[in-house]
Amino acid sequence: MNIVVCIKQVPDAKDVRLDPETNTLAREGVESIMNPYDRHALEEAVQLKEEHGGCVTAVTMGPPQAENVLREALACGADKGLLVSDRAFAGADTWATSYTLAKAIESLGEIDLTLCGKQAIDGDTAQVGPGVACRLGVPFVTCVQKTRASSPDSITVERMMDDGYDLVRLPLPALLTVVKDINEPRVASLKGKMKAKKAVIPMVSAADIQAAPENIGLGGSPTKVVRVFSPEARGDRQIFTGTVEEQVDQLVQQLKAHL
Amino acid sequence: MLKIDCDKCIVCGICESGCPFAALHCEDDCVVVDENCTLCGACVESCEVGALSIEVGEKKVQQDLADWQGVMVFGEFRHGTIASVTYELLGVGRKLADARGVGLSVVLLGTDIGSHGPSLIAAGADLVYLVDHPALEQFREDAYGYALEKIIRLKKPEIVLAGATAIGRSVIPFVATLIDAGLTADCTRLEIREEDGMLLQTRPAFGGNIMATIECPDTRPQMATVRPKVMVAAEPDGNRKGVVESIDLDEKLTSSKVEILETVISEEEQVNIQEVETLVAGGRGLESEKGFALIRELASELGAAVAASRAAVDSGWIPYPHQVGQTGKTVHPKVYIACGISGAIQHAVGMQSSDIVIAINRDENAPIFDIATYGIVGDLYEVIPALIKRIQEVKSDSSR
Repeated sequence: MNIVVCIKQVPDAKDVRLDPETNTLAREGVESIMNPYDRHALEEAVQLKEEHGGCVTAVTMGPPQAENVLREALACGADKGLLVSDRAFAGADTWATSYTLAKAIESLGEIDLTLCGKQAIDGDTAQVGPGVACRLGVPFVTCVQKTRASSPDSITVERMMDDGYDLVRLPLPALLTVVKDINEPRVASLKGKMKAKKAVIPMVSAADIQAAPENIGLGGSPTKVVRVFSPEARGDRQIFTGTVEEQVDQLVQQLKAHL
Repeated sequence: MLKIDCDKCIVCGICESGCPFAALHCEDDCVVVDENCTLCGACVESCEVGALSIEVGEKKVQQDLADWQGVMVFGEFRHGTIASVTYELLGVGRKLADARGVGLSVVLLGTDIGSHGPSLIAAGADLVYLVDHPALEQFREDAYGYALEKIIRLKKPEIVLAGATAIGRSVIPFVATLIDAGLTADCTRLEIREEDGMLLQTRPAFGGNIMATIECPDTRPQMATVRPKVMVAAEPDGNRKGVVESIDLDEKLTSSKVEILETVISEEEQVNIQEVETLVAGGRGLESEKGFALIRELASELGAAVAASRAAVDSGWIPYPHQVGQTGKTVHPKVYIACGISGAIQHAVGMQSSDIVIAINRDENAPIFDIATYGIVGDLYEVIPALIKRIQEVKSDSSR
């Protein structure tokens, strides 16, 4: 079973916050990490490969240093990496990103299954997975929480709904996006780390994957950011002072009025 | 790419410190940009001397923009009922349609949906499109996606709105790709720009610490998803008039490669933190699962439900249905008590429309205090027990 995992390098969002003094992003010490959901997609791919044989290729679109997440993927069980990197990709929205990723995946030949994390924690859109499926022309479901059965021709999975889950069977090739409940990602082995360190990771440009210039990057993106701004603070706030008991007392006075 | 006019640049450093991606660096006489640049435009906006601009390469422009008119809502129908987000979307859709002077339509896919026209019209729709087909009884991305694509191409709405639900977040990106339309996820504000009628879509961005307003200047329709409980449904008006139209689709369009073997409705998912008046929420500051025992105790004193931040859910202290925020639920209770929650915008967008926000946090600089109505700076393991005790005293006083 030949499997592609789409991976994104993201800032560790839980550490990013606004600097209250300057109202700008305080990002000192914020590291780039593998998008947490993608880690679960990778683990699922490696488990399926262990069951059925085949090859797991980790694909990322990003700046040259995004190679780091591919090395991490190799250390965690991926067989190959593909770095899709070109200045022309900058400013891509989810439409242009899914176009670019699909072109890259098509350049890899016959693929049975494409796995993505449910969403990336920096954008939280959850749009790229369905977009890639659309471009590849394969059936897909999102938010998979469990693989029940798999064969060379089909895969049966539980996909989360707002009120529970649906058990669905898809013929292969297909695309799935996964949630964290699906598995517990392994820690990279020493051997895996050594292999990852030595691996040569190919880098491909827009021309290499035959991506049409009008469909990539900022120019190829239907959505445009027109303004960025900080969220407004509430004007009417009241921070209590005094001992814990005094503060609690003031709060309960207010609560009594409202509840 | 980002163009930097070094004759204008005064190396003030504003763009460098404001860049969400750390892609700008001040050098001796000019700022330089590295490959981390995503062309988000934050720097262009912030530059006071106009030294920065974005140059777009080849660009797609759709030719027939003026042919697309009206606002369309994707109505969500599952297990015999219309999802409440559909009425909320009709609420905001009505305002957008009125601002544009166009009609508001809603599409319903499924089986036995014929009787639902009047409630959708009462909620603001002028037109109800029904596609009643056995293949659409259950949600499947491909069948729903191709059906929606067909209807959008047929009716040519300038704006398409959908709920950011499990269904909407899955099928709508597929549809947007099929029709080459721009799509903005999880919008918290939608408005029409007066000058040119463009839809302005605002959502949290860049790790959720900044709000971004997004537009789709050159393509139609302009598509957006909105999470449940973000918009407000209009009071139903039984006197409103509208038209219900059944649409027959080609068999090919409703066929699916996905086979649904079983549908399981889970009890646990029914924790409905969106329907209660008071919520007590816990976050990273609880430091362990045990903290939720305290949160539950306070909640039970107040007759409240328990909510949580993503950090608490990711730590495995409480299941996902309790999560509030950008990747959880949006709530607006009367009172929201945030305990040990820093209040990053990812959380804030899910709860900031609560009537009253009470923040209990050790860190006086935590952003939660910026959105709090009342705040207590202190150790929650001291504050909450004291609060529980005081509430019990007040209760016994009043029952005397």
